[in-house]
Amino acid sequence: MIVVDDIHKHFGGFHAVDGASLSIQPGSITGLIGPNGAGKTTLFNVIAGVLKPTSGRVTMNGEDITGLPPHTLFHKGLLRTFQIAHEFSSMTCRENLMMVPGNQSGETLWNTWFGRKRIADEERALRAKADEVLEFLTVEHLADHKAGQISGGQKKLLELGRTMMVDAKIVFLDEVGAGVNRTLLNTIGDAILRLNQERNYTFVVIEHDMDFIGKICDPVICMAEGKVLAEGTLAEIKANEQVIEAYLGTGLKNKEQVGA
Amino acid sequence: MDLLNAFVTLSNFVLIPAIAYGSQLALGALGVTLIYGILRFSNFAHGDTMAFGTMVTILFTWLFQSWGLSLGPVPTALLALPFGILGCMALLLFTDRVVYKFYREQKAKPVILVIVSLGVMFIMNGLVRFIIGPDDQRFSDGERFIVSVRTFREMTGLEEGLAIKTTQGITVITAVIVVAALFWFLNRTRTGKSMRAYSDNEDLALLSGINPERVVMITWLIVAALATVAGVLYGLDKSFKPFTYFQLLLPIFASAIVGGLGSPLGAIAGGFTIAFSEVMVTYAWKKVAGYALPESLAPDGLAQLLSTDYKFAVSFVILLIVLLFRPTGLFAGKSV
Ligand SMILES: Nc1ncnc2c1ncn2[C@@H]1O[C@H](COP(=O)(O)OP(=O)(O)OP(=O)(O)O)[C@@H](O)[C@H]1O
Ligand SMILES: [Mg+2]
Repeated sequence: MIVVDDIHKHFGGFHAVDGASLSIQPGSITGLIGPNGAGKTTLFNVIAGVLKPTSGRVTMNGEDITGLPPHTLFHKGLLRTFQIAHEFSSMTCRENLMMVPGNQSGETLWNTWFGRKRIADEERALRAKADEVLEFLTVEHLADHKAGQISGGQKKLLELGRTMMVDAKIVFLDEVGAGVNRTLLNTIGDAILRLNQERNYTFVVIEHDMDFIGKICDPVICMAEGKVLAEGTLAEIKANEQVIEAYLGTGLKNKEQVGA
Repeated sequence: MDLLNAFVTLSNFVLIPAIAYGSQLALGALGVTLIYGILRFSNFAHGDTMAFGTMVTILFTWLFQSWGLSLGPVPTALLALPFGILGCMALLLFTDRVVYKFYREQKAKPVILVIVSLGVMFIMNGLVRFIIGPDDQRFSDGERFIVSVRTFREMTGLEEGLAIKTTQGITVITAVIVVAALFWFLNRTRTGKSMRAYSDNEDLALLSGINPERVVMITWLIVAALATVAGVLYGLDKSFKPFTYFQLLLPIFASAIVGGLGSPLGAIAGGFTIAFSEVMVTYAWKKVAGYALPESLAPDGLAQLLSTDYKFAVSFVILLIVLLFRPTGLFAGKSV
């Protein structure tokens, strides 16, 4: 569905992404793991059109989408969430969700002023949809709160809610579970699985929580120092020498050595 | 003591002129604040944008006058205003296309855009002087007063008179209509909301499918309308002179900053704050004090704090105070 081909992204002399290649199968939930600073978020930014790659290509269903601006990708069904939650702080949570379908309604300056009825109908449908999403995320009581004032974990939920407002094809989640409590994390996991099964969303999920990854992701890709280290099921990844070295830590190995 | 006469004098020389001037500043500051909120830079060309829109309006006014068109007691300029706005829109879209778009694509820092706008300012400035000349132009016609001093005296029998100029009345009515339309647009329509969203969090707006180029274009269109209306109202009330419009930049920026850059409501509050301060500080209070105070306390001198020649100092001082003590302005806009 998405093919990332030899992407490089340099910041000055620093190679944040250094020749990463991977492909995402349609209908999969792919986990992306790796140590802090591995270049996961940077790769997301390149795919989602926020950053232009130094070199390399990204294709979606065979179409070259490298460097397309985010709003164009949005209309192609490619969505992402931010590692640090973003929100329209002066709007309520409901309004935040209602902003999502962009200008899909095709509002022109003309019917802004003269097509009020049609727009009012659309607004009502959007509103109902937003309330449904808030309820799904168990935060319906926050609907009228200003998004700037809700907690960090709640903002994360709002991020996820945003991807549920439209019929996305592929969604990139950047540590959607960070700062969210266990119970809620399970809810989020269930939500992802349900969206995957019922609405056929493809997901790419960055997470540091291995239990969470294990529960929903297959396959798992591990990055380190801007490169893809390994790909496979979580069990395979966990057993991979390089991955243990770079990410899961040599702590375990040392202990074994000490024990031996 | 004669409080009634004191109040009439006060209204005539302070309240009414300050309300009219405040409306004009508010409209100007709204333009500045919208650009700051959405395009994220301080547009130094705003005064000259106002001058350009006003100039086009004046040219159309003259054309209509030569055809013998008129609105009776209302200035012909109101008929020409829509054409002025269209002309100004064309100019702003053109400058955006040939100048600002380039820097936007480079993701230039705001300070670079400010300097760019300075360049645009000089060009617009030259353009206006080239077309209409640097001199004073009067273009208001129709009835001069809604209420004149004489009719007011005859009606009330008071010693002091109160005049309301047609242009002052038109200024306030137009400003109310324009501001109401703007707020309705920003708060009630999807396009307006997407502008607010874009101003609030650009990255998120892009990822929500909002097309930035469209937001920018609509912003320029609205700014053109606001600038032209502000400029024409000011010109009708006083007179049109390109240099004066350049000078207006200071009180307009002061208004926008006092209110909080990026906050439309703040721009309006700021406009009136600056206008009232300026008029009150430069007004000779002798007459009002003469009526309001017991005879023994009445001032001998003019009781004027500052000569009108220095009126811009007022904006400057207020600006300084705000920047020192409350950099986000009254309505907590973005800090400068
Ligand atoms: N705009 C930037 N300018 C310079 N360096 C950057 C920039 N963005 C990221 N980097 C660097 O690129 C590297 C990769 O960052 P990135 O955010 O992609 O890591 P990550 O894998 O998402 O890590 P984490 O798990 O901590 O979120 C980091 O060393 C970071 O300092
Ligand atoms: Mg990251």
